[in-house]
Amino acid sequence: MIRYLRLFGVQVRASLQTVMQYRADFFVQGAMSLYWLGWNLLPLFILYEDRTAVAGWDFPSALVVIAWFVILRGILEGAINPSLVDVVDKIRTGSFDYLLLKPADSQFLVSTARFDPWRIVDVLGGVALLVYAFVQLGRWPTVADVAAGSLLLASGVIVMYALWIGIVAASFWVIRLDNLTYLLDAVFDTARWPAQIFKGAWRIIFTFILPLALMTTYPAMAILGRIELTTAIACVAASLGLAIGARLLWIGAVRNYTSASS
Amino acid sequence: MSLRATLRAVPTLLRIGVAETVAYRAEFLVWMLTTTLPLVMLGLWTSVASEQPFHGYSSPDFVAYYLATLIVRNLTGSWVVWQINEEVRHGQMSMRLLRPVHPFIQYGVSHVAAVPLRGLVALPIAAIMLFTTARESMSHDAAQVLLFIPSIVAAWLLTFAFLFALGSFAFFLDKAMSLMEVYFGVFAILSGYLIPLSLLPSWLRTLADWLPFRFMLSVPVEILTSRSLGAGRAAELVAAQWIWAAGVLALALTLWRAGVKRFEAVGQ
Repeated sequence: MIRYLRLFGVQVRASLQTVMQYRADFFVQGAMSLYWLGWNLLPLFILYEDRTAVAGWDFPSALVVIAWFVILRGILEGAINPSLVDVVDKIRTGSFDYLLLKPADSQFLVSTARFDPWRIVDVLGGVALLVYAFVQLGRWPTVADVAAGSLLLASGVIVMYALWIGIVAASFWVIRLDNLTYLLDAVFDTARWPAQIFKGAWRIIFTFILPLALMTTYPAMAILGRIELTTAIACVAASLGLAIGARLLWIGAVRNYTSASS
Repeated sequence: MSLRATLRAVPTLLRIGVAETVAYRAEFLVWMLTTTLPLVMLGLWTSVASEQPFHGYSSPDFVAYYLATLIVRNLTGSWVVWQINEEVRHGQMSMRLLRPVHPFIQYGVSHVAAVPLRGLVALPIAAIMLFTTARESMSHDAAQVLLFIPSIVAAWLLTFAFLFALGSFAFFLDKAMSLMEVYFGVFAILSGYLIPLSLLPSWLRTLADWLPFRFMLSVPVEILTSRSLGAGRAAELVAAQWIWAAGVLALALTLWRAGVKRFEAVGQ
């Protein structure tokens, strides 16, 4: 365990050293984050200029969902996506073989290979938006609500990570699947809306087939103090289930791995 | 590089383009599926409008609008910035520059070659659109609907030329892809891809009128779906599209020439 923590430290340091060479990127990233924040808010403003509430979500509560979405997107782009883009590339070029030879767990090495620390700007922007939403609501969440919201956000991150690991495992069989991550990105964009706004087939898809509701809607409901205990427990259980599933898929995929170079 | 030589090369380039598209069909399909934004917006706005019409848009109106958007986007989508960027970074650009056909034609033809396969995806959507609830929300003016053909061709040319111009920046900057990100954000709002232009705040709508993005997507969509446009106004809009396309094309070729002058082959 301690060995893995040390290894984690080494990998993070390596990423930091790489990005420190491009310090100006911090400002580029900051500008881009602000830009996308405004972009994300525009449809919301247009919608709520006309309506006071849609499917039980008023403007500040919908802002909470977007805030969670921005934070989650920051984590995704900062900690999950760079590594996985990297590994898909390694699989295609065949240098993944060397990674498998290293005396540490391959999933761990793959998941920590690269970080993009500038994405912290996104996370901070999301937190600012969250604070603003609660100012608009005129009340503050209780400590218990914040704890529940954070716990569900963590399980949202796990769900996302599990999906991404599943994609990488799939790319063992179908070599050129790097654009599948773009597809997931595009689908993930939907998570900025409260799942209840969608009706019928859409909501079923976004809740059960692609668990987007798990990622943003339920964590937002938790910090707003609106979630039922059974739903919260179901969310955590589902995320753990997905994580175990992804782990099994990874082990199976590595066993079936036939190098691209041979 | 005479015109005749270029014309002679076009059929071969087309064949190569089709072969490439077919060879990477799984990838191609995934790329097409990434254009899910109109479907998501469709789901969102139809359920909003089902409570009561939103600024004059009923649920079927939104269905028609976003399906038309999906069709136009599928037929006019371009990945040329990505191509140019990759080729500059990996040093394959020198090979392309050596060929005796202007790269604009080379990339353009490979894009055109993908259109039939893209059409395979877009046409069933069109059929669904015509025969379900959205039929009432389409334009019934035959002359106006016919104008869709020159309109979509102009939209394709305008989009492609614009992105070719953006791609030329790969010669000047090493971050041409973030330029693409900025472009997509502006495009999505000001072209009506995200939200119908008539729902935007008035200052954004004015901005949209003066920029080329509207002519890339919103105009053909309006021609298909707007019942109040009329053939005369539609013809004016198509003319404006062609003027924009010609202007942007000239700009793109100038930028490209300036870029190639600066080009230092990297890589092998």
